[in-house]
Amino acid sequence: MTNKLETQKLTRRSLLSSSVAAGAAFLVGTGFVTSNSAAWAMEVKHLTPSTMATLIQMARDIYPHDHVADEFYARAVKGYDHADSTKTVEAGIVALNAAARGKGFASYLDTSWERDRVDILRNIEHSAFFQTIRGGLVTGLYNQKAVWPLFGYEGESFSHGGYLDRGFDDINWI
Amino acid sequence: MAAPFNLNDDGVVVIIGTGAGGGVLANELAQKGVGVVALEAGGRYLPEDYVNDEWESFGQLSWLDARTTSGDWRVANDFSGLPAWIVKAVGGTTTHWAGASLRIQEHEFKAKTNYGAVTGANLLDWPITLADLEPYYEKAETKLGVTRTGDRAGLPGNNNFKVFEAGAKALGYKDVHTGRMAINSAENDDRMACQQTGFCFQGCKWGAKWSAAYTDIPRGEATGNLEVRDHAHVLKIEHDDSGRVTGVLYADKDGNQHLQKARIVCVAGNSIESPRVLLNSASSMYPDGLANSSGQVGRNYMRHMTGSVYAVFDQPVKMWRGTTMAGIIQDEARHDPSRGFVGGYELETLSLGLPFMAAFLDPGGWGREFATALDSYENMAGMWIVGEDMPQETNRITLNHDVKDQFGLPAPNVHFDDHPNDIAMRNHAYKQGMAVYDAVGATRAFPTPPYPSTHNLGTNRMSENPRDGVVNKHGQTHDINNLFISDGSQFTTGASENPTLTIVALAIRQADHIAGEMSKGNL
Repeated sequence: MTNKLETQKLTRRSLLSSSVAAGAAFLVGTGFVTSNSAAWAMEVKHLTPSTMATLIQMARDIYPHDHVADEFYARAVKGYDHADSTKTVEAGIVALNAAARGKGFASYLDTSWERDRVDILRNIEHSAFFQTIRGGLVTGLYNQKAVWPLFGYEGESFSHGGYLDRGFDDINWI
Repeated sequence: MAAPFNLNDDGVVVIIGTGAGGGVLANELAQKGVGVVALEAGGRYLPEDYVNDEWESFGQLSWLDARTTSGDWRVANDFSGLPAWIVKAVGGTTTHWAGASLRIQEHEFKAKTNYGAVTGANLLDWPITLADLEPYYEKAETKLGVTRTGDRAGLPGNNNFKVFEAGAKALGYKDVHTGRMAINSAENDDRMACQQTGFCFQGCKWGAKWSAAYTDIPRGEATGNLEVRDHAHVLKIEHDDSGRVTGVLYADKDGNQHLQKARIVCVAGNSIESPRVLLNSASSMYPDGLANSSGQVGRNYMRHMTGSVYAVFDQPVKMWRGTTMAGIIQDEARHDPSRGFVGGYELETLSLGLPFMAAFLDPGGWGREFATALDSYENMAGMWIVGEDMPQETNRITLNHDVKDQFGLPAPNVHFDDHPNDIAMRNHAYKQGMAVYDAVGATRAFPTPPYPSTHNLGTNRMSENPRDGVVNKHGQTHDINNLFISDGSQFTTGASENPTLTIVALAIRQADHIAGEMSKGNL
């Protein structure tokens, strides 16, 4: 899946050898975030890689779907790696990490349980930053066509002739 | 072929808006030989242009001009710039509508008489009765090809309907069926039968659902008597020293302004834009806006008591497959104050795709409680609640002078507070809706809040007495005899039924009236 996040240049080995752990799920290096297994990776040009790793974890904690891989959450927040949003996002993550320290953790990613992170998020849920990230995820995550099959949703049906002959009334348990 | 009318032709009827009201009125008048210029703010989209994709379609068709909200309704918080979910296109919201086509019940035309005094409600009887409208309802049902009317068969039930029907019957409901729908169950009127595609809200790509965009509009244009100008955004209605309206000022696609002269002006821009254009047309002669001697323009805004119930089962439903709203329980549509509220409500099947479900199931919701609901999306069934809400004078469209639209005109503010009767009815409906699904084994249910309004009604209401409303029983304004209102803003009260069929019936009736008065020389 590495290539889906445009990191063709980086081999799996080079990713692993040039990065350090950011929380339990992510590794970060100069200009990239990758999963622990380097199954996918993402170049980061404007945000710091640890900010992007925190953002990805935050996205999962806001809408936690255990059957949806991190890659889709990474894709959902990738747009924040942009010159226009750098300042706001970095400031938001600073505030998030401050909230984490208030709960006794070194940072947001320095947590093991989802409930601890949710507790931290509750502290900032009325902030403009949290609402922007949450609101953006509604389309950023759920409007990814690649995510739909993971929920069983079939999307466009006109080109298949609709469901008249494809099970519009095929329910068998009622 | 579209008739080209000159801007200085003061013999034409100018219609503002081309939806269920304006689009039908335009065709009906054109068929009678009346010259019509219809001004439509949106562009032209036909079945080949529609997309089976919720957000893409939303971007293509929705009215997204600046609007603001206030009041205690949750929409003001969750979707503060989007009070209504309606369409900006030739054919108006008939592109987006679900197709449910129900007649208003006899007792609902006399809400004040039958419901009595309701504190805080500005109830009024309609100046027309069901009997007055029946012949036009029949014409409207024929025009729209409504199933289960005339000799037209009902649509087959989809998965979502089967769950809904089984629950309804287990609960003892009797009046349960696949609806009276303006969606062909068999080829009819040059339109094909429903292919159970879903995406009814995104424009029917088969043309199986009636929409003015590909029926009344082109048929009217074919007479040579109708010219539809798209991307013609109306700014103001002008009048002369005698107080009669004389023309309509609009901006074209490039922002250039034009004045189309008119013999008669009919306003059909939906219950937000119609009062807005009357208010924005204020002059020294009419300082409170056109046709507003009663002070009722913009007031009594109704949006139906709505809500949804979604429920999750232990097995798949795949509710998105097939016709979106072909399913109804009508048992609760009666007026029965023993339930703790006046008026009634309908329960209708509804599904949203995953993207819209994420946006509307519990706006602002997050965390595992929210996410696990969507995890069960495939096993979800859904219904919509549509009931009569109380007209309140303080629920109203006003001009927000702090926010301007793209033409520099004050944006409309939509203020809405639920009436206690609305809340009591919604709570009853949530309980009944959840009971329907419980009866067939739901493991979890979601009483979902109202979406941005799709039914916008009442802001230029019909009244017998000019003091109580804006228009008479023909939709003619009490104050200015060549100015008409031709959309759902005429509704005196909301009733419990989806409004489109009534808007169409009123437009057909209004066309008879206007053509008759023109030929008598009264207009």
